[in-house]
Amino acid sequence: MEPVLRVDKPGLQTTIQDLGRGGHRAYGVPPGGAMDRFALAAANRLVGNPDGAACLECAVSGPSLVALQSCLIAVTGADFGATVNGEEMPLWTGVFLPAGERLAFAGRRAGARCYIAVAGGFGGDRWLGSLSTYQLVGRGGLGGRPLKAGDLLQPAAAPPHPQVAGRHLAEPLRPAYASAPRLAAVRGPHFDRLSRPARTALWKTEFEVGKDSDRMGYRLEGQTLEAGGRDILSIGLAMGAVQLPPGGNPILLMADHQSAGGYPVILGLGRADIVLAAQLLPGEHVSFTETSVLRAQDAWRGLRAGLETL
Amino acid sequence: MAKPRIQPLGDAALLVQLGSRIDTALNSRAHAVAAALRKRSGIRDAAAGYASVTVYYDPERTSYRSLAAAIPKLVAHPGRVGPSGRLHRIPVTYDGPDLAEAADQLDLTPEQVIRLHGQPIYRVFMVGFVPGFAYLGPLPPALHLPRRRVPRTLVPAGSVAIAGAQTGIYPLPSPGGWHLLGRTPMRMFLPDSDPPSLLRPGDRVRFFPA
Repeated sequence: MEPVLRVDKPGLQTTIQDLGRGGHRAYGVPPGGAMDRFALAAANRLVGNPDGAACLECAVSGPSLVALQSCLIAVTGADFGATVNGEEMPLWTGVFLPAGERLAFAGRRAGARCYIAVAGGFGGDRWLGSLSTYQLVGRGGLGGRPLKAGDLLQPAAAPPHPQVAGRHLAEPLRPAYASAPRLAAVRGPHFDRLSRPARTALWKTEFEVGKDSDRMGYRLEGQTLEAGGRDILSIGLAMGAVQLPPGGNPILLMADHQSAGGYPVILGLGRADIVLAAQLLPGEHVSFTETSVLRAQDAWRGLRAGLETL
Repeated sequence: MAKPRIQPLGDAALLVQLGSRIDTALNSRAHAVAAALRKRSGIRDAAAGYASVTVYYDPERTSYRSLAAAIPKLVAHPGRVGPSGRLHRIPVTYDGPDLAEAADQLDLTPEQVIRLHGQPIYRVFMVGFVPGFAYLGPLPPALHLPRRRVPRTLVPAGSVAIAGAQTGIYPLPSPGGWHLLGRTPMRMFLPDSDPPSLLRPGDRVRFFPA
């Protein structure tokens, strides 16, 4: 198939991502995929794709892309000031990009990661069932690496018919992104190991997202927590789990997290709140509030229901 | 078999704990339960730990409550795991940055650490952490050390390391909190194979000085 977009500037870190690869955790392969799975699914719906089609995930700054053929696109997630030929482009909206026109970004206003969908989805290298870029091993997406200038982006499939521009996800139906969100978390399997003062601190502290935070996870700083008990045996981990290494600074595991580990797991975020965490940058803040499995599942269902309006 | 402990891990995963020991029978059971669960509808993935199974489920197709009700029966009668158990001999150059310090903490000489590390035939209890990282054990008790207090942000690929009752080989450059004894040129991560790991649960490993 003919390439649909040309990369003139790649942005800080733009990668091809879908909903990740399940089924290989027993060999140490993390789920990977979009950090903000809601924004990815929404971008796909807005251009008529299935929820799990591959999009571009753009961290911190956006790319500059030129349409090589007319295409339907949508930009969701973080607000990096998207423009088409210099004119502001509406977010969370299907927009027709005529051949020769340029999608670019004026600069970050809020959030950490935006998603660009194209009708038909982006193509790339499939690894273990997913197009998601997994940089640690250099597999998936575009050669397992972020985009660079001069790359030509191929569509995965012909655009779905009919192509409808103007689909829009209304603001109240989008996640409540914030630079200091209060994230709802379920007690983890080793919560009981926290000392009494550590439990109080866990629910009261506003943690800072550490500077070496990335797609693997966020180191949470500003307050160390104390846990007792013997070393635990390594267990399979999950995106959104909060681990507590012996230094006492919690680590929030994100999409490319280590698949197993032996530190106490004190919290597990629900999927709706992982989405909020995905939009945080180093230096921003986060705190936790307790929820239950059922309430967390309801929160995700509530968010997903918005997509059914599209 | 004691009743397993089942606890949530967020809103779409749960942890089944079968015990708290490094034990071959418990570990075989964990792998058999994970294999059985992977075949169930509503289950996206299941990964065995040493003595646990983490289950990743789709809450739209099954529920925490129904899984928590069904899992104890599966743990009691998990069925068989597939054939496995190849023996791998792995050469090690024992020049790791933590060898001298680990020997010192263990009250051993580096030579004694090397000899003890090469003695057992280790079992692959699980593969995890990063692709192709096999957790091997049990390590001789004379070599047991707690993990490093502050994990290294970058451990080179091929590093052979110990922590607690475990030993392992870092397949890729990655963060890590284990004590580095040496390195091997053997490739643990096989990106163009499926599964992408040289070592599989149930395999056996013996180290020898290169």
